[in-house]
Amino acid sequence: MKPVEIAGVWKFYGDFPALRDITFDVEPGASMALLGRNGAGKTTLLRMLAGLSRPGRGTIRICGTDARDRMTRRSIGILGHGISLYEELSAIENLRLFARIYGVEDADAAASEWLERTGLEKVRDGLVREFSRGMRQRLAVARAFLHSPSVLLLDEPFTALDDRAIALLQSLLRDAIAEGRTVVLSTHQLREALELATHVALLVRGRLAYTGERTGEMLEDTGWLYRQYGEPQSVTA
Amino acid sequence: MNPPAGPPMKAPHLSFFRQASTVAWKDLRSELRTKEALNASFAFALVILLLFSIAFEPTEDETRQISGGLLWLVFAFAGALILNRSFARELANDCLDALIAAPMSGAALFLGKTLANFVLLSAVEFVCLPVFGVLYNVSWTHQFWPLAGVIALGTWGLTVVGTVFSALTVNLRLRELMLPMLVYPILIPCLLAAMQLTGPLVLGDPYTAELSQMLRLLVAFDVIFSALSLALIETVMVR
Repeated sequence: MKPVEIAGVWKFYGDFPALRDITFDVEPGASMALLGRNGAGKTTLLRMLAGLSRPGRGTIRICGTDARDRMTRRSIGILGHGISLYEELSAIENLRLFARIYGVEDADAAASEWLERTGLEKVRDGLVREFSRGMRQRLAVARAFLHSPSVLLLDEPFTALDDRAIALLQSLLRDAIAEGRTVVLSTHQLREALELATHVALLVRGRLAYTGERTGEMLEDTGWLYRQYGEPQSVTA
Repeated sequence: MNPPAGPPMKAPHLSFFRQASTVAWKDLRSELRTKEALNASFAFALVILLLFSIAFEPTEDETRQISGGLLWLVFAFAGALILNRSFARELANDCLDALIAAPMSGAALFLGKTLANFVLLSAVEFVCLPVFGVLYNVSWTHQFWPLAGVIALGTWGLTVVGTVFSALTVNLRLRELMLPMLVYPILIPCLLAAMQLTGPLVLGDPYTAELSQMLRLLVAFDVIFSALSLALIETVMVR
């Protein structure tokens, strides 16, 4: 059973096909970097993997079941564009809330543990609206990892992170991959993504232009993949 | 490679009401900290009560006869302010995505939100009642418990329908306008029954067979719309 299986997936916004016949799998313990320019369909695909949107055609299976299955959603951790935290609640209240929703047996202990792991234990009772951007991002990372998901879906996870939060996230992702968890992340930050990735998928205007293992060539020259399989760059005077 | 085990999880069948109560607690806590919807709703309700008391002569018998209707108009208008915020507060920081992606049925999310809205709207109503009593010279405490029951049933109908449409209109630019436009026509049977029942109760009039029919209508409305909403909310939220 593969953690992520995508077969013949199309997604339409009105008549416009945002994704066209996407098919690929992600192996257990793999880290898939989902690459592509703005509007390529990365976020759309990640939203469908997270069960936030339904495919127009085709099937998406997470751990062998439908992405909207309740038990399947327990095994997914998502870090999207927004931090998905409540400004009026404190850090501990936010984590406790999501731990309870995810059915974590000892929600208080899990919330406290993740506040400590993200270096936020001193501000545990502080309201999120009073936090700096970096603190919010670290708390968002804690929320995504809180229930120890076996599949992590990350949409532009390094965007707007400060150095400390980037280091924390990279360390957590390395640990997660080492533990056999599966990671799918979309990003424009090729260097960070390719260092973590074991596999790469390149989307070009909603089509899958390339999928396969991340090679040393890609790491040495981060623009190589786009030059080989991406759209030709338009040259302006 | 087998996927790694996560922390111990609770049995799913036990978690429906736990999740619903967690969502309700979260909404109430957030609202009590900001008091955005609550203050607006209180202020709006008191202003309408005052304006109605100026527009209609409160001591006249005819006005007293329609006082139940006036009271429910106030509740419905003030309630729209609370209901509008219900799902709109989830838009900040993409919190709604996190809730939809979580292993929680749409029904649990809906029930939690409806319970929170019910508590908030009930609070507004029970502050409005004494003001209403003073402005309309009505001794509304004569049949307090039957009145409280009718208000609870009417408020439940209002919040159930309002919460569903709050979810449906959350991504619309004109949601503040669209919510009342969509909700009020559907609420006509509920408001009609609640108005018919409330009038005699606040005036201390005896219970009649016609009122019994209205009570059945109100209960049926609540049951039907609660069941429909719980069944359809998942479709409303995931597109």
